[in-house]
Amino acid sequence: MTQSIIAILEHQDGKIARLSWEALAAAQKLGAALNLPVEAMVLGSGLGHLAGQVAACKVTQVISLDAPALESYTPDAYCLALHGAVATRSPSYVFLPHTYQVREFAPKLAARMGRALLSDCTGFRIESGEVIFSRQLYQGKLSADLSFEGDGPYFISVQAGSFPAAQLERGENPAPVIEERVELPKDQIRTIPLERVQEAKRTVDLSQAEVIVAVGRGIKEAENLPLVEKLAAALGGQIAGSRPICDSGWLPMERQVGSSGQTVSPKLYFAIGISGAIQHLVGMKGSRTIVAINKDPHAPIFEVADYGIVANLFDVLPALTEEIVKARQS
Amino acid sequence: MKILVCLKQVSAKESTLRLSEDSLHVRESDLSFEINEPDTFALEEALRLKEQLGGEVVVVSLGPARIQTSIREALAKGADRGIHIETENAESVDRTWAAGLIAAAVREEKFDLVLTGLQSDDLGTGQTGVILAEFLGLPHATIIMEIQIEESRIKAKRELEGGWFEWVEMPLPALLTIQSGLNKPRYASLLGIKKAKSKEMRRVTPVELGAEVSGTNALRLRKIYVPVKSKNTEFLDGTPKEAAAKLVERIRREIVSSPS
Repeated sequence: MTQSIIAILEHQDGKIARLSWEALAAAQKLGAALNLPVEAMVLGSGLGHLAGQVAACKVTQVISLDAPALESYTPDAYCLALHGAVATRSPSYVFLPHTYQVREFAPKLAARMGRALLSDCTGFRIESGEVIFSRQLYQGKLSADLSFEGDGPYFISVQAGSFPAAQLERGENPAPVIEERVELPKDQIRTIPLERVQEAKRTVDLSQAEVIVAVGRGIKEAENLPLVEKLAAALGGQIAGSRPICDSGWLPMERQVGSSGQTVSPKLYFAIGISGAIQHLVGMKGSRTIVAINKDPHAPIFEVADYGIVANLFDVLPALTEEIVKARQS
Repeated sequence: MKILVCLKQVSAKESTLRLSEDSLHVRESDLSFEINEPDTFALEEALRLKEQLGGEVVVVSLGPARIQTSIREALAKGADRGIHIETENAESVDRTWAAGLIAAAVREEKFDLVLTGLQSDDLGTGQTGVILAEFLGLPHATIIMEIQIEESRIKAKRELEGGWFEWVEMPLPALLTIQSGLNKPRYASLLGIKKAKSKEMRRVTPVELGAEVSGTNALRLRKIYVPVKSKNTEFLDGTPKEAAAKLVERIRREIVSSPS
């Protein structure tokens, strides 16, 4: 085993996505703590320009895995290419961004190598020379500390927003780019990617809204939605929903806030009856002021809220709407 | 078409989570249990495919005796038989453990399609299905919103970030992890509940599965705890009217300046 850390970065439309920079920042942070060199790895076809962007960061080298079959992502091709490249180098740690793509291939890659993946990591610390990682459990209601046992490489995917990309260290000189052509047996790539589609044509752009009133499961029935609509109207805000609300068809999909919907950062965000699963939080935690109303005082939404009311929303909403109407008239 | 659905029994959504003294698990005595929500969509999709194409739906789950209620619930909704992998010890956070047991229990059956929920509401690693695909040697796709079967091939619509989707195609047998919301799960009928009682439930233990089980046990859970708050939330109390008035006082500036 070489003493090193590899960060595998994802790209889309010729750019490294933000969360991948965060994964690299996490790798650099652990590298600094353990005094281990960090290498970056990208996969694709003809990635010269992209690898150059990564080389500006503080890494010992950028490994660019190149094959025609890597031009479009498939879990099979990615697992084949990465299995070869990671096994040869046998690093101590492998960092990945916790994206939909990584969620699809990384568990398979780690299992193929006889290793475990710690998914959705939110942080780490070092205790008596041992690295202790944290992640959430029970939809964010609890946290857990975990550590790896046995031989590396240890695979870790990092949660959005846990390792700010702003902390990414730039290198003094561009790092060398190693282009590695990989041969991938065609018969082992079983998935064929077809077309990409964007379903809901957006008519509302929640990212521009100044005030958003978002509603979750706590509303219980579609018939209760007018309570929330009245509050939104009183505030001159947009109404939005968590995933279960949009899945149920109570609000159109285009009004969904979260990892599978829109990312918003209004001046004022109301979370009404939303427990605050991480998939929702990543879509709204950049809001300036967050108000949460929930009957469960332990709901994770209160971790990001500036103001909280622990109560039955059916009691609070009418009173709140009335107070807001008064405030706006005065 | 022979379809396997992996179900997990998890604590019910409204459960109060209290930690055991060793801080390594959640106290079971306080909990009620239900089928992991995404898995109910996987089961529904399997039942619909069977109605369309014929065949058999088998459910598999692992855990202590209590999980049989969840397997019976699936049988009552229309699954044909169940497999209960009996494990007494607390489950491992290393999901190669669970996937290894399931793979060993079902490998011989040669399913055409394996469906799982995209992740569980408790551990939420989203890994068990994907690792199972690896152990069974199957192609796979995750977070699926729609399925079309065409002869010996399957087309699936993957959810991507930010409202995008991608269609992918692969040969059967295959494994898909299912996103919540792609269908409306049915309720069990009274007749279904009655019939479920006489349906086959195979029980098998890890010892019986023996050498067939793969798994790494490379992750150790050291501690579970209530998250440390990162923000200083100001809680507003009193009657609903009082709490509302206090809140409006604090956000007056934002309220008054917002568009009408």
